[in-house]
This record gives sequence, C-alpha cells and structure tokens, in this order.
Amino acid sequence: MSVVAAPPVVSSKEEQPYVDPERNRHTGYKLLAILMVWLVLWLALRGHQTRELGLQDKTGFHDWLNEVRDWVQLHGADNWFFGGVLGGIADFFNAVFEFIQKLVSVGAFPRPVPEIGWLGVVALATWATYAAAGLRATLLVVFSLLAFGVTGLWSPSMDTLIITLFSVLLCIIVGLPVGVLMARRDRVSAAITPLLDAMQTMPSFVYLLPMALFFGIGAACAVAITVVYALPPLIRITEHGIRSVPETTVEAARSMGMTQRQLLWQVQLPMARRTIVVGINQSTMAALSMAVIAAFVAGPGLGPLVNSGLQNQNVGVAAVPGLAIVLMAIMLDRTTTAASERTSKGGGIASVSGPGVMLAGVVLERLPRWATEDAGKGEKRPRLTAAGRSSLLAVLLIPVLVAVWLSRYTLSLAEFPDVSNTPVLKYLDGASLAQDINDFTDWLVPAVDTFTLALKDDVSNWLLNPLQSLLADSPWWVMAGVLIAFAWTVGGWRPAVVTVLCEAVIFGTGLWNDSMVTLTMTIVATLLTMLVALVIGVAMGRNRRVDVITRPFLDAFQTIPPFVYLVPALALFGVGRFTAIVAAIAYAAPIATKLVADGIRGVSPTTVEAARASGSTAWQMITKVQLPMARQALVLATNQGLLYVLSMVVIGGTVGGGSLGYIVYSGFTQDPLFGKGLAAGIAITAIGIMLDRIARSAAARHGR
Amino acid sequence: MDRGLRRTRLVALAAVVGLGLTACGGSTIKDKETKAGAAECGDLRIAVNPWTGYVSNAHVIGLVAQDELGCNVTYPDVKEQVGWQGMADGTIDTIVENWGHDDLVKKYIDQQGAVEDAGLTGNEGIIGWYVPPWMAEKYPDITDWQNLNKYADLFKTSESGGQGQLLDGDPSYVTNDEALVKNLDLDYKVVVGGSEAALIQSFKSAEANKTPLLAYFYDPQWFFSEMDLVKVNLPEYTDGCDADAAKVACDYPPYHLNKLISTKFADSGSPAVDLIKNFQWTNDDQNLVSTYIARDGMSPDDAAQKWIDDNQDKVDAWLK
Repeated sequence: MSVVAAPPVVSSKEEQPYVDPERNRHTGYKLLAILMVWLVLWLALRGHQTRELGLQDKTGFHDWLNEVRDWVQLHGADNWFFGGVLGGIADFFNAVFEFIQKLVSVGAFPRPVPEIGWLGVVALATWATYAAAGLRATLLVVFSLLAFGVTGLWSPSMDTLIITLFSVLLCIIVGLPVGVLMARRDRVSAAITPLLDAMQTMPSFVYLLPMALFFGIGAACAVAITVVYALPPLIRITEHGIRSVPETTVEAARSMGMTQRQLLWQVQLPMARRTIVVGINQSTMAALSMAVIAAFVAGPGLGPLVNSGLQNQNVGVAAVPGLAIVLMAIMLDRTTTAASERTSKGGGIASVSGPGVMLAGVVLERLPRWATEDAGKGEKRPRLTAAGRSSLLAVLLIPVLVAVWLSRYTLSLAEFPDVSNTPVLKYLDGASLAQDINDFTDWLVPAVDTFTLALKDDVSNWLLNPLQSLLADSPWWVMAGVLIAFAWTVGGWRPAVVTVLCEAVIFGTGLWNDSMVTLTMTIVATLLTMLVALVIGVAMGRNRRVDVITRPFLDAFQTIPPFVYLVPALALFGVGRFTAIVAAIAYAAPIATKLVADGIRGVSPTTVEAARASGSTAWQMITKVQLPMARQALVLATNQGLLYVLSMVVIGGTVGGGSLGYIVYSGFTQDPLFGKGLAAGIAITAIGIMLDRIARSAAARHGR
Repeated sequence: MDRGLRRTRLVALAAVVGLGLTACGGSTIKDKETKAGAAECGDLRIAVNPWTGYVSNAHVIGLVAQDELGCNVTYPDVKEQVGWQGMADGTIDTIVENWGHDDLVKKYIDQQGAVEDAGLTGNEGIIGWYVPPWMAEKYPDITDWQNLNKYADLFKTSESGGQGQLLDGDPSYVTNDEALVKNLDLDYKVVVGGSEAALIQSFKSAEANKTPLLAYFYDPQWFFSEMDLVKVNLPEYTDGCDADAAKVACDYPPYHLNKLISTKFADSGSPAVDLIKNFQWTNDDQNLVSTYIARDGMSPDDAAQKWIDDNQDKVDAWLK
C-alpha cells in the first residue's frame, strides 16, 4: 500500500506548481485559530461595547466639523482664498463653459440657436477624429453624435461632453507635471500618494456641499468635483509611465551628457507617451462617471435627465440619457485608444495593471476590445506619406467649413430636427426608446419578482444577518484585534500597521458600529462579485466567442450610471441591504470579470496544451491549471472588485443599504448632519485603504 | 495619388453635394423668433427639489414668468439644503415649495438674513404612516396606531430583526419616526429606504403582490392619484406636542408649505418677485400637474402649459 501511495503525492505537487503547501497550511491554521477566538469572544460578549450611535446622534467631532463649515459659509465671501482665489476660478470656469455652450449647445443670444449647429459640430468632430485617430474611430464618432441628436438629447449631450473634456484638459494641465515630479522625487511621491488614495475612495457626496460652497452650484462646481475624481488616475499612470522607462536607457542618456531637462523632454516623456495617453483615457472615463453625481449640484448635461427619470419612477426616461452616457464613454474610449495606437507604431497594448496602480478606477484593462482587437489588420493598407496626409486633411477641411457655415444659417442644420414623425428613425426617438424599455421592465418584473424577493430574504437571513452580527455585535476591541491579526497573518507587519492606523481613524470618526455593518456588506458583495466574475470570466477566457459576445455588455454595465438601474433593482429586490449589494455587484462585476478573463487567457498555451495532452478534463483544466496559474490576476480582480463595491456604498444607502452610505447621504441632505456625513466619508476612505493594503500585501506574498 | 485618397475625395464631394441639397430644403434661421421683451425681467433661477409636486410648482411659475414677464428661466436641480445654500451665495433666486426646515430657517433667515419668506403656496402638507389599500381592506382596524403591535408580525422582514418594519424615505425628509416608535412602545424598527423612488416602488410591489407594508409617506403627492394609500392615525397633534424631538408621541403637524426668495433677488426689482409672492393654488391643482408629468409622461413644461390653459383665471390673479 505504502509503495502505491507514493506517486500520487508527487503528481499532486506537480499539478499545483505555484503553491507552497507548507506556508499555506500554516496560514490556514492561524486564520482558523483567529476565527475560533473571535467566535468565543463574540458568544461571551456580543452586544457590549459595540459603539453604536443613533442616526440623529452626533459626537463632538461631528459638531466641530459643522462649526468649521458654518465659519467658512459666513466668512468665505470676504476671505482672500475662498472668496478671492476660488471665487475667481469659479467665475473663469463658468465663463469658459458658457462660451463653449453658446458655441455648440444652446442658443447664443440674440440667436435662437448655437453659433455652430449640429451639422457643423459633427463635421468638425469627424475631421478632428479622422486626423487624430483614423477611420474606424471616425465612423464611431459620427454614429454616436447622430445618435445623440436622433434621441433628442443633442444639447444635454453637448453639455456633458463640454464638462467632461474641459475637466480632462484641466487634469492634464495639473496632472502631468505632478506625475512627472512624483516619478523623479520619491519623497514627493510618498507624500502625494495617500492624498490620491483619499481623492479616489472618498465618496463624492461628501465633498459636493463644500465644493458648492466654494464654487457655487452649476457648471464650475461640476467641473471642480469631476477634476477631483478624474485627476488621480492620470497622475498615477503618468508616474508609472515615466518610472517604466528602462533604467539602462536613462543611464545611456545620462552618459551622453544629457541634462535633467533634456532627459525628460527627449527620452522619458516620448518613451512614456503611450502610457500617458492611456492615463488620459482612464481620466476621461472617470470624468464621465461623474456626470450624474454632478447633477446634484446643478451640473448641466445628461445627469439631471437621469435623475428626473428616477424621481418619477420612469425607468425608460432615466435609461435613455443613461445609454447616451454609455455611448459617449465608448466613443471617447475608442477614440483615445485609437489615437494612442497611432502615436507609436509598435504593436501590442501596454498593460499597466501592476500593483502600483491598484486603487479604484486606475487599473488599466488591457484594452483589447471587440472593436480594436484586430486593428492590426488595417496596417497592411499602404500608408500615406506625411505630405499626402496633410494635403488630404487640408482638402477635407473645405467641406467641413462649408458644413459649419451652413449650420449657422439653416435652421434644420442648426437645431437637430425632431425625428418622431420620420419613418424608421422614429423608433429611435428618445420617447419611443423609453417606452420600449418601460414595456420590457413591466414585463420582466412581475415575471421574476417572487423568486428574486425570496432570494433576497434567504441571502439576508442566512448570510448577511449572521455575518453582520459577528462583525458589528462584537465589542469594538475584539473586532479591532481580529482585523489586525488577520492583516498580519495574510500580509505581514506592514498591512498590520496600516490596519491599526485605519482603525484609529474609524474609531475617531465615532462611527465604529456603522463601519462594521458597511464592512460586512462590502465583504458579502465582493464575494458575490467574485463568484460572478469567476463563472463568466473563465468562460470568456476559455472561449473567444463568449468573450466577443459578453464584452459589450460588460462595457455597458461599467459605464451606465447606477442610478438608471436602481428602480428596477428596487422592484426586483425590495428595499434593503441586499439591493444595495446587487447594485454594487452590477457595478463591480464587469471590471473583475474582465481581469479574470485576461488572466485565464494569459496562461501560457504550452502549459494548457501539456495538460490537455496528459488527459485533463475541462473541469480539471480550470481548477488545477488555469485558475492556479492566473492567481495574480484573480487577486487583482478581487482587489478591484472590492474597491468598486466600496465606491457604491453611498448609492446603496439610497436603496436601503443603511449604515455609512446612508449617513453620507444624510449629511448631504440635512444641514445638522453635515459633519457626521463627512466623518462617515472619512470612515469609508479608511476602510478602503485598509482593505486595499491588506489585499496588496497578500498578493505580493502569495501571488507568485 | 493612391486609391485611398481618391476615394476619400469622392466621399467629400458627395458630402458637399448632399449638404447643398439639404440646405435647399431647410428653412432659415430668421424664421424662428425669440421671445419678446426678454430684457425686462432678466434671469430667474428656480431651484427644483427632488419630488414631482415641487416640479409642478416650479414649472407653472416658470412658464408664466417666461411667457408673461419675458424672464429667462432656468431650473437648477438641487436638494433642499443645497438650494438654501444657493440662495445665500447668489446662485439661486427662489425655492417654491418649502416644508418647514426649522434649522435652515434659523440659519439663513434669522441669522444670515440672506433668504426671505415669500408667503404660502396654498398647499397643505401631510406627513404620516401609510399602508397599501389591500391591507386597509383586509385589516380595517389597522388604521389605529393602538392596533399596530397586534400586526407587528405581519411586517417582519429580513431587514427588521424580529420586529415589524416601518419603512422611511429620503434622509432629507422631516421625520420623527424613531422617537415615535420608542415613545409609543411599538414593536417596530425603522428601516431607512433612502429615496422617494424606494418608497413608491415598495408600495407598488406591496399592492401587486399583496404583501404587508407600513411606510412613511406624504401628501401632496402624485402617487395618490394612482393608488389610494390609507393613513394610520397616530395620537392627535396638539400645539407644542412635538416641541421636544426626543419625546414626541403625537402625529405630525399639518404643514403650511411656503415659498422662499433670496434677499438679493427680492431687492432686484424683477417683476417675477411679485409673481412668486402672489402664487397660490390647491393640493388638487398641484396633484393634477404632477399626474400629467409622472403618470402621463408629459414634459414639465407641457404639463404646466396644459394646466395654465385650463386655469387662466387663477394665473391672472397672480399677475394683477
């Protein structure tokens, strides 16, 4: 017997080549021990020292924040900084916005229509895209712009586009120098990184009101909050790009006697250009995702339309502008991607999803999309010479200018015509699209809601409630100890120290109990997100056709404003924490799924072939070869999923998520709760940074 | 040159010809007239708070101001608190339906003097606890608060931890519900829904599936034209019974909704100031416009126009 038993042990080691069983078993035992101690303490002490705080109750810290706010509000206008500098910036932003708005979007008094009508805008955009990004992107731009017009959303779409592009421009002006500086000075990098973390994890509802205080409500405020959210990805990726220039190249340049300035302009920036364009792309996506949030401070564009649809329980009316935002995202994404592919002739797209850029929204997907994946084929076409290209562009400029001129003086070319009575096009009119979506929802909801409501109850009763009781009913010091021990076990002393600091912050906000409830929901939502991501991601990674079919839906769910699907989610799952979790999954699953799929596809084909040759079944192939070898990607997907889930906490608070999300939202809507809402935002940031650092350290330790 | 360029040229030529043809068919810009007298009134920025009844007020006033006074009206979408802040910093001119907000009144009217009361809207606001119609029919005595504990088991959900669930709305709404549950010794837990959308959808599902629901709701509200929710009677409101927020044990007071106007705008001499001060209508009027918007899917301006056409006498009274 013993002789026969020996070979399987060996073979099982070979099947899991990347696992160190010794260390893994230890970690498992340690975690089990922590859990046992935790359970015992929970049984003995539950309900004591949980630091629960009633909804309307406040701590001294919250009151102090209120007082600061009141002071700024009273004295802000006379203060040189708040009134002078910020007020001046606000006026400037508003002036720029109104100028461009009158140019392309609204009537420029005394004209009833903009200076340049829709045809002129389409022509100019076509020409510019063709010059910068090629034919394929041009077709997409024309299609998108016409779609905005046909659905009757021309003017709000233009407004959203203006705000987005203006914000990205500001991000580039501010972000590039900061990114370069961070890449060259480690100390600057260390000082600014936590600030970027905070900017990305702090829920925007927290800073909406203070920003409205400084910039006044309207376009300037919308630009300001958009910049806050869209700036970090650009800075991080710029830093990453400069740092990724090979050391040997830099050395070679130095030895040739280049100065720092020459090195930057002639070596580092050109070599990092492609990565920087990717950074601009990510920044643009982030900016667009603020379109609906900005509507809460009267930001113009498509956002207010989504919100008013939500108010009237009209899914269709909210969905049409929501889909316009999706289309705009796809348009801007593909255009910047195509432009970046043009700037360098090398093949293959840089994947920069290293741990250096792991925080929310910054992971760079490997941009391989159904639309651009086989772009390489086009290279075979004979390229124009530089002179030919510019003369072609010059010739094309003539019809563009004619179109602009016509659109200034012909009404039907200036104001997008109403298509509701045009054959064929009338089915694409905003109102009829909204009706179709409503009909679909009205059919779907009664068909499945008994099942979904039962699902909600089961998950709440059997998973959510017990776990919440364990986390939130334990005395705070037990929970604090458990988290530190967990961080130390899976990641070592570094994340343990970060955990202690973050816990101190959470404790200081006075919202310990609510934070634990939010933590529970975050954990459950992340688990479910990963479940979805694994199932779909593995299928996508293994089968190209599944990938091609699924990806557009993932793109759409990633960019559609969550407010659009809140109403159907409420209809299907009722009010409660589970609905908040569902909304979070809808938002987080696409990115996690894409990362899993990329990881699976990245497993070396020779290994897969070898496993297949040795007779693995499909299930064995997935569980024993592909998943273990894609572990790095899985960890990254979990980390991203987690941060995306966390960014939905506040929106979850509006559909019954309660706890920190609801407090942040309350702070935004109730004057006396401002300070408490701000404190809750700080707590969410602390939770985010804590979980991110634990996951990163765990990945570094166990990833390879 | 090469084939690609020639083809592109052709496309360009076709585009020009196409454009020329379209231009012949289209009318010219001059055909469209601007509203007369736009300079007289100037800008009017009416804050729009997030519930449909408010939208009705805003657009009826806005449309009258635009058509009769020639104002350039805009409708920034903001929550109540942001609207007040906007009136203080000069980015909002008026709020046309205000529900109490004692804390904001104290801060912006009494202390800062940046906002003025512009009189009542004529709408009576009612806040209370409501059940869907099927429940009132099946359990007729549920409308008395003293019987609520008897039915607490019905209202248990996975969110309410063994007690009955009382569903609350958007955090910006005025509420005493936690104190009420405690002080009336009710075996209920307040669960926060988070928005008007959450409340309305809950009532819709409850009525469709005949599931129990007890929730915070308010009138005037367009949804009443779709479903006859039944109010649960709490201990009657008497003057001052809600003085101490922690000890409240009585129903919500009737709210006399009013309008607000920024001091700066009030002093500007705009003809719209008088219009806003004179504006008054009934709950039925407002609900009618709200129903046009929310149930019939009309745009706020179309809905307002329809009501104005049918009620020219009332509009004239505001303009006298």
